[in-house]
Amino acid sequence: MGSKSRLMGYRRENGTMGIRNHVIILPLDDLSNAAAEAVAKVIPGTLALPHAFGRLQFGADLQLTFDTLIGTGMNANVAAVVVIGIEPKWTQRVADGIAKTGKPVAAFSIEGKGDLQVIQEASRVAAMFLQDASGLVREEAEIGDMIMSIKCGESDTTSGLGSCPTTSQAVDRWVEAGGTVFFGETSELTGGEHLIAERCIDAATRDLFQETYDNYIKVIESTGANLLGSQPTQGNIAGGLTTIEEKALGNIAKTGSVPVIGVLKPAEAPDPKKKGLYFMDSSSAAAECVTLMAAGGAVIHLFPTGQGNVIGNPIIPVLKLTANIKTAKSMTEHMDLDVSGLLRYEYDLTKAGDMMMDVIYKTVNGRLCTAEVMGHREFTFTKLYISA
Amino acid sequence: MAITPPQFLLHHDGDNVAVAMTDLEPGTLHGRSVKEGTESTAVLNHAIPLGHKFALADLADGDPIIKYGIKVGLASAAIKKGDYIHTHNMRSYRWEASRA
Repeated sequence: MGSKSRLMGYRRENGTMGIRNHVIILPLDDLSNAAAEAVAKVIPGTLALPHAFGRLQFGADLQLTFDTLIGTGMNANVAAVVVIGIEPKWTQRVADGIAKTGKPVAAFSIEGKGDLQVIQEASRVAAMFLQDASGLVREEAEIGDMIMSIKCGESDTTSGLGSCPTTSQAVDRWVEAGGTVFFGETSELTGGEHLIAERCIDAATRDLFQETYDNYIKVIESTGANLLGSQPTQGNIAGGLTTIEEKALGNIAKTGSVPVIGVLKPAEAPDPKKKGLYFMDSSSAAAECVTLMAAGGAVIHLFPTGQGNVIGNPIIPVLKLTANIKTAKSMTEHMDLDVSGLLRYEYDLTKAGDMMMDVIYKTVNGRLCTAEVMGHREFTFTKLYISA
Repeated sequence: MAITPPQFLLHHDGDNVAVAMTDLEPGTLHGRSVKEGTESTAVLNHAIPLGHKFALADLADGDPIIKYGIKVGLASAAIKKGDYIHTHNMRSYRWEASRA
């Protein structure tokens, strides 16, 4: 079906291909949320991305916040960015990072001016950015131009039987067509991590994967905590999943059958010349994971769910699919695809894959997904440790 | 492919747990394995909701629970064929502190 359907996207200054055309107002820190949200009210059509962090972080944790902010601004679904921070130095650092893409970026800082003056100055620039972005037109795109990410949530046993295998179909088709896919959820490979290790393309990738996995698990296990209710979540347990190993095998069932060609740090963008399936070290919490993957360059996300996770993201469409008939019927406003028929043997996996690709094509070409329609814009940072 | 909707599914032949495809009452059920397509029947001892699991074999405390052809946990109590399986009688073998 891919050959006869056209994909249309926005080609950015650095050659990346976006499927949305957002002008974002990006606060550097929690203190700048109010001004950023005010700008987005003054100039409707721009989008503020409030978040909770950015102050007194240090070391690797600070770097991850910078990488997340800069990566979000660099994402091909973003046409232009206004950065607002409390002070000028870190604000400019983020703006300079985003400006490497060649897209329009402006930075404003609040100290010495106050919110009101910054809102006025930033709104003038935001207005100009929005008008310019509105004049951009979609052009023909190829799957090889775009990064897709996958992550499941509020999974249940139907996920491993239906929605994850359907996602797998899309992963294989996307990669075989020359595209790139991210998967992650490091802790949620536990019990099946050997299956991922076996799929790594060479020894160096395998070693890096194993080291990344082991480091994450060491942190979890060093707490000695009982994770029942956390991982698996209470929703997973309500849906019939009992152990992390059982959940992990369902998770892995969505990663396709293609080789794993690389291991990415959280929010890291891959080498654009090396296309294929990447593992990104990440939390299994939905909003954290999707935020990191979008910062790494994903422009569309597939999200299989069992019990009915409602997550979205401010800059990338998050497509939700379920094979749980109860969820499909009770949460229609959050579901983009119902594949419960797969478990009733009404159609086979190839057909479910065709249905998935049809939704993907429509979404790429501009049709809003349910999370966009419902206003789900979760923008959530991964924090590595305490702030100073 | 007109197939009667199965009442339970197991991932692979040889798995010792199956998953309920609807809310199920105790009794004799028909199901199939996803990978091989093998049809089978099983007797369920308890009512269980959609998505929950039951045993396809008698299991002793500590026996491996196999799903996807892979060990996904251990029985934490004796389990009879047809019994409901969840956190009350199954636990992780990797995260030993994680138990009900």
